[in-house]
Amino acid sequence: MMRQYKEKENVQKKPYFSDRFWVAPQVPKFDVQSDAVFAQDLAILKEKFEIQEAYIQRDQMVVYINATDNVDVLTTLRDELAYNFLSEHSAIDWLAKRGEFEIFYQMLSTSKRKRLRIKCFIKEKETLKSVTGVYKSADWAEREMYDMFGVIISGHHYMKRILMPDDWYDHPLRKTYPLHGDEAAQWYEIDKIFGKEYRDIIGPEERDAARIDVDDTYRFSHIHHEVPFGAPVSQEKTATDYQEEGGVFIVKKLKKEDVKFLKERP
Amino acid sequence: MAQHKINYLQEAGLPVALTTVDKLVQWGRSNSLWPLTYGLACCAIEMMATGASRYDFDRFGTIFRASPRQADVIVIAGTLTKKHSPFMRRLYDQMAEPKWVISMGSCANTGGMFNTYATVQGADRIIPVDIYLPGCAPRPETLQYALMLLQKKIRTESASHKLQPKRLV
Repeated sequence: MMRQYKEKENVQKKPYFSDRFWVAPQVPKFDVQSDAVFAQDLAILKEKFEIQEAYIQRDQMVVYINATDNVDVLTTLRDELAYNFLSEHSAIDWLAKRGEFEIFYQMLSTSKRKRLRIKCFIKEKETLKSVTGVYKSADWAEREMYDMFGVIISGHHYMKRILMPDDWYDHPLRKTYPLHGDEAAQWYEIDKIFGKEYRDIIGPEERDAARIDVDDTYRFSHIHHEVPFGAPVSQEKTATDYQEEGGVFIVKKLKKEDVKFLKERP
Repeated sequence: MAQHKINYLQEAGLPVALTTVDKLVQWGRSNSLWPLTYGLACCAIEMMATGASRYDFDRFGTIFRASPRQADVIVIAGTLTKKHSPFMRRLYDQMAEPKWVISMGSCANTGGMFNTYATVQGADRIIPVDIYLPGCAPRPETLQYALMLLQKKIRTESASHKLQPKRLV
């Protein structure tokens, strides 16, 4: 799909790319009443909780709830509506657009053969109640959510980073986090192993994968023209043989000209 | 002349080989390189294949050891993450001198395709590397050849080889 065409006259005055990211067209949504099982589930949920929005998308019901109801909603789903699996649980970063995280719980009912998604929004500094008491599978998912997005969970028994090291700065899956890492990330191993004063000695990371410098023998060896580490580039061809001339102690060198090829077995 | 005596001057020659201490010691070292059993990612699978019977590292005198105290070589086989880098440096520091390093595969050489926040962009930022081995992942023959080149390199060094300061230290 192409960007919508906009007038490009007087570009300096007005940038013609107003949207930074292309927004994909939405998958069609259907009314919940079109599926009898989901309609019944939603009716039970609506009796107990405040439901902001509900629809069916790709044969799965999506229900928006208040973030404070999350534990109770999931308990109801497990005990009364037979959704026995919490198969996925994570967050979506909408901080730039609306200043909040979208939290989703992907549920599966093996008896009903239905999948359902519970969604809610929380602000950046708000805490979300842990659902590890309802579903054990939320344990690592919540830790990862804290690690990657910085969503604060209350009531988790072991709230600790799961993927990144404990002394890592910031949460790398946020949209604002640079792919090559911030300063703390780029110097992480140098600072930790050698100390900050070694930054000058070791130098910054080489992030340009396409960078080629023909005179650089620190990073490249010119094939068939190899020189010792750091020595200037040589035009002389280097021998690529494994063994030294004259062989090694006890082992004779195999010379190519001495090799005999047999046409057929004697 | 007693019957058991052999006239060395006429038969296969004197059982004496003249060499230098350097050459003898380094010949011995180069033919019993013990790498550390240490794999990081998919390159480690190729390293295991190299150690197994088909490619057979044993014929180079290369036997994987489970302790850095007994190892001479560390093969950095795979993606080195920033989280793991202090542990690799510690393993390297625990190895006794003389010690050598083979950086195996693109990820260990330069970070490879993982041009991201979590990957060390080249293991030589952490420890000095002797042989850089290209490939993703290198085939077992390539690792064998790297080991053979390392043997050749060791034979050119002197026996009182001290770790040459490279970019680190």
